[in-house]
Parts: sequence; C-alpha cells; structure tokens
Amino acid sequence: ISINIYFWYKLQRQVAKLLQLKAQLGGDEGKHVFVLKTAKGTRDYNPKQMAIREKVFNIIISCFKRHGAETIDTPVFELKETLTGKYGEDSKLIYDLKDQGGELLSLRYDLTVPFARYLAMNKITNIKRYHIAKVYRRDNPAMTRGRYREFYQCDFDIAGQYDAMIPDAECLKIVYEILNELDLGDFHIKVNDRRILDGMFAVCGVPDEKFRTICSTVDKLDKMAWEDVKKEMVNEKGLSEDVADRIGEYVSMQGGQDLAERLLQDPKLSQNKQACAGLTDMKLLFSYLELFQVTDKVVFDLSLARGLDYYTGVIYEAILSQTIPAPAEQNGADEAGVSVGSVAGGGRYDGLVGMFDPKGRKVPCVGVSIGIERIFSIMEQKAETSSEKVRTTETQVLVASAQKNLLEERLKLTSELWNAGVKAEVLYKKNPKLLSQLQHCEETGIPLVAILGEQELKDGVVKLRNVASREEVDVPRADLVDEIKKRTL
Amino acid sequence: MADKAQLQEAIKTQGEVVRKLKSEKASKEQIDEEVAKLLQLKAQLGGDEGKHVFVLKTAKGTRDYNPKQMAIREKVFNIIISCFKRHGAETIDTPVFELKETLTGKYGEDSKLIYDLKDQGGELLSLRYDLTVPFARYLAMNKITNIKRYHIAKVYRRDNPAMTRGRYREFYQCDFDIAGQYDAMIPDAECLKIVYEILNELDLGDFHIKVNDRRILDGMFAVCGVPDEKFRTICSTVDKLDKMAWEDVKKEMVNEKAPAEQNGADEAGVSVGSVAGGGRYDGLVGMFDPKGRKVPCVGVSIGIERIFSIMEQKAETSSEKVRTTETQVLVASAQKNLLEERLKLTSELWNAGVKAEVLYKKNPKLLSQLQHCEETGIPLVAILGEQELKDGVVKLRNVASREEVRLIVSQIVYNLSCILTKHFD
Repeated sequence: ISINIYFWYKLQRQVAKLLQLKAQLGGDEGKHVFVLKTAKGTRDYNPKQMAIREKVFNIIISCFKRHGAETIDTPVFELKETLTGKYGEDSKLIYDLKDQGGELLSLRYDLTVPFARYLAMNKITNIKRYHIAKVYRRDNPAMTRGRYREFYQCDFDIAGQYDAMIPDAECLKIVYEILNELDLGDFHIKVNDRRILDGMFAVCGVPDEKFRTICSTVDKLDKMAWEDVKKEMVNEKGLSEDVADRIGEYVSMQGGQDLAERLLQDPKLSQNKQACAGLTDMKLLFSYLELFQVTDKVVFDLSLARGLDYYTGVIYEAILSQTIPAPAEQNGADEAGVSVGSVAGGGRYDGLVGMFDPKGRKVPCVGVSIGIERIFSIMEQKAETSSEKVRTTETQVLVASAQKNLLEERLKLTSELWNAGVKAEVLYKKNPKLLSQLQHCEETGIPLVAILGEQELKDGVVKLRNVASREEVDVPRADLVDEIKKRTL
Repeated sequence: MADKAQLQEAIKTQGEVVRKLKSEKASKEQIDEEVAKLLQLKAQLGGDEGKHVFVLKTAKGTRDYNPKQMAIREKVFNIIISCFKRHGAETIDTPVFELKETLTGKYGEDSKLIYDLKDQGGELLSLRYDLTVPFARYLAMNKITNIKRYHIAKVYRRDNPAMTRGRYREFYQCDFDIAGQYDAMIPDAECLKIVYEILNELDLGDFHIKVNDRRILDGMFAVCGVPDEKFRTICSTVDKLDKMAWEDVKKEMVNEKAPAEQNGADEAGVSVGSVAGGGRYDGLVGMFDPKGRKVPCVGVSIGIERIFSIMEQKAETSSEKVRTTETQVLVASAQKNLLEERLKLTSELWNAGVKAEVLYKKNPKLLSQLQHCEETGIPLVAILGEQELKDGVVKLRNVASREEVRLIVSQIVYNLSCILTKHFD
C-alpha cells in the first residue's frame, strides 16, 4: 500500500481558486458575512457531551451484547417511497431531499421502518439486533419547544417466530438491566397488552371504529387526571358516560400476575377471546419475569395505552420515579415515542414487516426503544451539579521538563510510552514552563506527570509525580511503563 | 390491526379480480366497476397508505451494514480510536446537515456534488460534504483557538456514478486535526506518528508515507520558471504522477490542461491507492471567523472506507469466521420441561455480567442448541439435565473440543469466569 501525504491539503487549492475568483469578481462574493450557527433543531456535541454520550452508549451496548444481540446500520436517507405511508399524520414531519434529478429521497424518521425494509430486503426471518443512530423530524418548534429535529434513537428488537413471551420477557429484562446500570434512580416498568385493551373496550361497549381514538385518549392518563380523560371521551369522542365509567373501572387497575388471574375470572372480560389471549400471555410473561428476577419493578397497568398503531400484543413503558422536568412538551410524546417521564418504551408488533414483504410474509417482532436523549440530558445535568469533573481525554501521563533544551528527550520518552500503549501527551513547545505543563494536567485531569531533568537523565530515572497529591518518586526509565500502568488502573 | 389486515386481504382479492377481467378482455363497464371497488377499498385504508408496491432497495450509492460488516467496522474503529485517545485527542460531533450558506463557496467545482434538502419552508439546508468545514465552523462558533480532536462520521457526495463506478455517496470519514499556534512541526510530526501507529496496528501489510511541503513545491515551480498564475494548475498535474507516467504528465503540462478532474480523488481526498492523507491548512478557520482570526491547523483524514474493503476481503478469504455476537455461553438442556431452569440460570449469568443466550423454545432439541453455538461461534454451552440438577451441578461443554466438566451450580459464575479468562481472553 502506498500512502501519499503532501503538506498541501486539497482544500487549500480550492481556497486559492476561490480567492482568485473573488478577486476577479467582486460583487456579492466579496461579502464574508458569516452566520455561525447550526441548523434549527440541531446541535454540535462538544467533547464533554461526547464523553457522557460515550459512557451511556457503552453501558447500553454492553447490555445488548450481554444478551447476544448483533447490530446493523442503514443509510441516513431512504427512498422517499420507502417511508411514504408508514407514519400516518406524522408524515408531514419527514425531511425530504431536494429533487436534484435522481431518486426522490427522505431522511429516516425512525429506525423501525428501515429495520423492516432490511428484513424484507434480505429475506431475514430471525434476528436479534440493536441499532443506535440519529433520526430526523421536522417538528414545529412552536409546538415542541426545546425538542431536537436531529436526535438519537436506540432500538433493540427480536424478530422471529418463537415460543410465546420468552423474547418479550428478555426485552423487559434488558430495559431493567440498562436502567439499573445507568444509575438514574428508581424506576418502574408498566406493561399491558393491546389485546387486553381492545377486549376491554369491547366489553365496555366502545364501538369498534372508536377503538383507536379512545385508545389515544386513555394514553393520556399518565399526565391527565381521570376526570379530564373521561371528559374527552364523552365530549370529544362521543362515548356515553356509562361506557366511559366502565372503562374507568378497568384502567384504574394495577398489579402483577395476580391481577391477570383475577381478570381472567372477570365475568365480562372472560367472555372476550382477545382479552383472554392477552391475559393468558400476561400471566405467562410474569412467570418468566419472576425467573428473570425483575418483577419488583414491573407493573401490569391497564391504563397503559401507547400511541403507536402497529403494536399487536404486549406493550410496555419504563418511567423514572425522580423526574427531572422535561422541556415543555404539549403532547408529551418524546423523541423515543414515549410519554413525558418515560425513558424507554416498546412492545410487540407482528404485522409491520409483512407490510414490506411483496408476499406479505409475516415476521413477528418485539422490541424496545431507549430514550437516549432523555438519558443524555439527565446525565448532563448530573455532571453539571456534580463536583467530579468529566474528563474529555483519557491521557494517563504528561511528559514534561522543568529545564530548557529537553524537547528531544521529551519527544523520545513520549514516543516510547505510546509504543508501549500508554496514553501520553507532550506540550508542543520547545521550552515550556513547568507551571504551564502542570496547569495543563490540572485542567484536563491528567493524573500523572513524568518530569525529565538533566540530572535525572544522567541517573537514568524519571520523576513521576502524582498531579493531585504532588507526591513524587524517581522511577528507573526501564520501569516507567509498568509504574504508570500500575497507578492508572 | 385486524381491520387493516382484512382490508388488505380484500384489496388483494379485488386486485386479482381486476387483473383477471383485464386479461380476459372483459367489457369496459365491467372493468371500470371492479376498478372503482378496488379504489374504494384502497381509499378506506386512507391516503397514500393504499399504495403497497414496495421497492426494496437502498438509495443509489448507499448501503446497509450487515452484522458481519459491523463487527469488522467496530474492530477498525476501536483500533483507530484507541490510537487517537492514546495521543490525548478529544472528539466532537456535528449535525448531518448544515445551513446551505455554511457549505456554499467552500468546495469550488465540487459544490455541485452537495446534497441539498428540499425547501420545506424553513432554512435552506445541505448534507455535510466533509468534516473539515463543520470543524472550522465549530471552532469559529465557539471561539476555540486550541484543540486536538478526532471526528468519525458519515459524509455525503452526489458523485456521478458514470465517472466514479463503485464509489459510495454516503461514506465514513475519519479526521484527526490539531488546531492552534504551536512551535513549528511538533504537531505535524505527531500526526505522522499517529498515521504510522494506526497502519501498523491495522496490520494491512507494508506501507510508506510520502511527505512534501507546499512552500517547497511553490518554490520549485518558481525557480523552474512556472508563471505565478499557473502554480495551482501545474500542481494538480504534478499530483497525477502517482498514477500517470512522467511522459503523460509532461504532455499535459505542455499541452492544454485537462478540463475536468479525472484525478481519481478518493473519498478521503487522497489519490487512488492511498489510505490516508492530510497536511497543514492555516487559512481555513480564518475564513469562518468574522474578524478573520487565523487558527493554524494540521490534520489527517484516514481512508476508512478503503480500510473496510480491505478488511472485508481479508475476512472473506480467511478461515477464521468473523463473529457478530460476543456471547460466551449458551444455556441449554437435553431434556424437556426445563425451560424454567434454563431461564433462571441464564438470568443469573446475566446478573453476573456473563454474556449468555438461551433459545426461545420451551423444549428445544440439544442438537439445534449445539448447532446455534456452532453457527454463531459461541464457545461454551451449559447443559442442564434432571439428574445434574438433582446433584446440584451443570455440565459445561467446550463446543469446539466437546470436552465437558461438571460445575457446581452455586459456583457456576466463579468457575465460568475462570474458564473464560483462561481459554478465551
């Protein structure tokens, strides 16, 4: 392999051309008024934010890997027709690319549709995959103050035909593990089932065609009181008060496996096939959750409705107990598609992939979306209030000198350290002052400084100083690497 | 959802009816009647939800990364990022699109290759073309005068496929830059040290790094008698020496310069055959600063996509399989009705940080469980059985060698860790 590196960067050639053209032109090319901002709804991540982001991703990805998941990646834009017709009303929030003479393209709106396309395209029937990537939504800033238009989604899904509820239980175990490890305080996970909801609506007397719209009203119970939710059902959605009251009785129920058992005995619900199927599976789910030791934080909650249309079975949502006020969100649906206070949500969606397959072949799926952006804000706030500084580099030692004319020695030692895998830095100054070198360590959190001096060089040692405690010890050159590694474990 | 499925079924059936009538050349009225029914059904689905003709492909010039490719990609990124971190670099990230005006006027002729977003009533936006301009914007925006940063992200170029067959329109760039006023050549030397380290660790075989200097080139052109205004154009002709013979390069210099750039400039902005390129560019950031404040920069762009292809090819020809998961042990059972025991043990292993899997089957056959291990490279299988459970043990089998040991269940985590460290780390 041959590598060409010229001390001449291609861009400078273009800059020179540009200046040349400008010199010839004048006009409005001469204007250098530069608007230094990112696009609305987008932001840069500075090194501190990147360090936090990396920590969060590491915890989450380790968990996914611990459970044997693979990962995939898809392009940031899809053919416009791939995304068309998949998001209902939200379709108007899709970013389109300009028609520049080729295919019509749009930026991806979520990771689920690309996933379904990937499965259908590759004729995959079984996969356990995670996908962490940014998605794009042209949210109206007036309605959704503080919400980003470019934001991370973190999806985990298990696709394939399996014995009932086992993968569903593993998804919940994964959410539980992640939220524990992220150390965000207490949380609980609500579970329900689309079939139980639909069965419940049926036995309460909700007309079939109103199921979905009543569902989205019930969904608001996590931030509206029952009285207001009832009002919406009766006044806006046209339900009779009786029906609404009947619904009210059910949606106030919470419990565990015991609740599922009780409801299977409920005279009305037990007559509804769908509800029975959902309740039987709920019992089964809880038995697996018991084996996974997560039932202490999981609640079967009949008021959980979840917005998305494509869920066909179990649905769940993880909510932090200690909610830090989120930016003003009217409808509460977060980037992760979960309501305010949530940090994760998901469920079973057996019909989606079939929509993408030319033969309509179904691939059952169950998955969860982690509310990464919410978690980032929480961690960023924690970091700000914490006394502990967030480091943006991992440097273990700065190679320094107190005296002049020791640049060569410094560079040589730094290179030896790099070659031995030690994370080291050296100031780009021929004769830096010791103070500025120590200041650099303090500012960036470098724990050790290896100080070279004429006498030490003659004696074949290096002064290794602990920046925080100022303790110093003379270390023989040959032992330096081991000494550094020992102290920076 | 049931309603929708019924509707879709009805649409499908009605579609067949229409097709049949057409192929039988039935009367117009009949066909129209059935088509109307079909459209009505589709209308019930709502809006453009009706159209289900599905083109299963990615956009031209883009591709999915499957799990094997992701495993290779992760390995490459880890090596490169460790090197950057070893040298004390921080990292940043910028949005995938910038204000159109940020990118305007920065890329000369290549500007026509920029992807624009549709004007949907807001700001005019374009997808980033490289990571250097966003970097310069970031520095100027945040008034940063010193930073050592790496940035690995995808960039977008609407390359004409006729000219650049096989080139991607969405591809990774991996940039490392040192910005700031420092004593001469020290950061420049560190950039070269970093390239050297990365290429060594990636184990891509032998390599060499060519260096030169813009000032030497310009000086050389001057003493050879090249007119000032021809410096840049002669420079790009000399650039072609890495793939054209001197005779042809000389011909181009003497005759007319070639109009368009068939220069084989690669994704990294380096010529074909290269895996990294860069240099010092002191004037760029000043273009972004309202006061024209200069921030000298030196950096390198690693040709990640080239490296991916090389590693992917190596993986294909290698006997060693690339694993797409990191699972250490599968929890299995030979007998029926042991799902509960399997789930319990798997959960304990997860709680202890062990990477474990269990099949989503109540009563799987041992053979299929072993096959899963072989297909995905899981090295160990923990086999539960009635007798063993009574004895309080679990059989741990090495999938490759078939050697088995009996481990006490209560100590399984400890023993497993020892075995894993001894044999597999």
